[in-house]
Amino acid sequence: MAEQTPETPTTGTPTTGTATVKRGMAEMLKGGVIMDVVTPEQAKIAEDAGAVAVMALERVPADIRAQGGVSRMSDPDMIDGIIEAVSIPVMAKARIGHFAEAQVLQSLGVDYIDESEVLTPADYANHIDKWAFTVPFVCGATNLGEALRRITEGAAMIRSKGEAGTGDVSNAVTHMRTIRAEIRRLGALEGDELYVAAKELQAPYELVREVAERGKLPVVLFTAGGIATPADAAMMMQLGAEGVFVGSGIFKSGNPAQRAEAIVKATTFYDDPDVVAKVSRGLGEAMVGINVEELPQPHRLAERGW
Amino acid sequence: MLEACGVATVGVRRPSELAGLDGIVLPGGESTTMDKLARTFDLFEPLRDALRDGLPAFGTCAGMIMLADHIESGIAGQETFGGLDVVVRRNAFGRQVDSFEEVVRFDPSWSEGFDFPATFIRAPWVEKVGDGVEVVARARLADGGDRIVGVRRGGLLATSFHPEITGDRRIHELFVDLVRHG
Repeated sequence: MAEQTPETPTTGTPTTGTATVKRGMAEMLKGGVIMDVVTPEQAKIAEDAGAVAVMALERVPADIRAQGGVSRMSDPDMIDGIIEAVSIPVMAKARIGHFAEAQVLQSLGVDYIDESEVLTPADYANHIDKWAFTVPFVCGATNLGEALRRITEGAAMIRSKGEAGTGDVSNAVTHMRTIRAEIRRLGALEGDELYVAAKELQAPYELVREVAERGKLPVVLFTAGGIATPADAAMMMQLGAEGVFVGSGIFKSGNPAQRAEAIVKATTFYDDPDVVAKVSRGLGEAMVGINVEELPQPHRLAERGW
Repeated sequence: MLEACGVATVGVRRPSELAGLDGIVLPGGESTTMDKLARTFDLFEPLRDALRDGLPAFGTCAGMIMLADHIESGIAGQETFGGLDVVVRRNAFGRQVDSFEEVVRFDPSWSEGFDFPATFIRAPWVEKVGDGVEVVARARLADGGDRIVGVRRGGLLATSFHPEITGDRRIHELFVDLVRHG
């Protein structure tokens, strides 16, 4: 190795926590799969399967649903263990509105916080002021207005909510279609109609105009909530998702390592049915599903957050 | 970004898609995932061979890792396409809370230098460069030291930062120049 003559270093000053850095992080996850994990061993399986990040939590949504009770941020020891175990980004969930949980997660050094309806909300009026943090946030949304309100609060990434812990992809489809259709509708409006559109979406006019002009959100849009098979992932990508969160679908199935790999491949080659067919073979049991339509209204997580 | 520089682009996921390329961009993302998928879908060896045979390439962040001959802090069994005789340290600048923006001086030997607004996201840095590898950019650290964040050898260019997310095309234009004029 030869010694290089150093050029004069630049006069730049490093700045952390900017919107570019936060939104850019999500850009780097595009086309990938983020997997829910509850132990360092599961995190390792996810990394080896080609996950672009893992979501560290105490119980997967299917168990939260089965066991009930109040669901909170995970134990810091558990999160530390997962951060130690893998070199890919580690995300963790905070309760809606629980800014102190978010402060703790930032102090632990997680790479992204999911202000998530899967946990029990801590504040039924306000979400976290996400601009106040260096760490970026992802938030769920069921429609465009909700997505834009989260972005206004500082979310640097959006995921359609779906219905977590069910293995039923139907709500993920509804939410993704709704968000995309509402974006297309904005693009068809006259400039002077955007003021009323902003009022109806309950979102700031400037942001609404930006979405109308660009035909997309200013942040990355993933899908979540009910994705259990490679074909589910491929469908969501074809519907316009830029990447996939898989929760209970992997580690509640018969062969997690193989299913994790299959969902990664199906997400990359979402538009190639031959690949999706190939990876769908011999996966064993998918997670036992719950039909969202049979869930009583108070047990639907997607309705948390506003 | 490249199309704004006046060139046609195609996405490459399969070996067959390498045919007819004049150059390739290896973007940011997760290097472990790229390695895994490239190997699973039989892209790894054809692309490595194409790079050895002189296919020009521009790697950013994870793409820089994929172009490096040696990596530090990779996961067990992680491989790279290689081509640049450098040692790259993965996630060297730290976790996401350490990700940053900084104006860096970009000083290529084949063009005028300029100050460039650079975005570093869980970024790698270059620890060592081999003979014939040109250092084109450095970032200053908080402790006053600096790190190599841009390197080039022949038609291979790599940066730790992401010119693709800021809309500033100058480095992409320089790469297109390299591809066109060698």
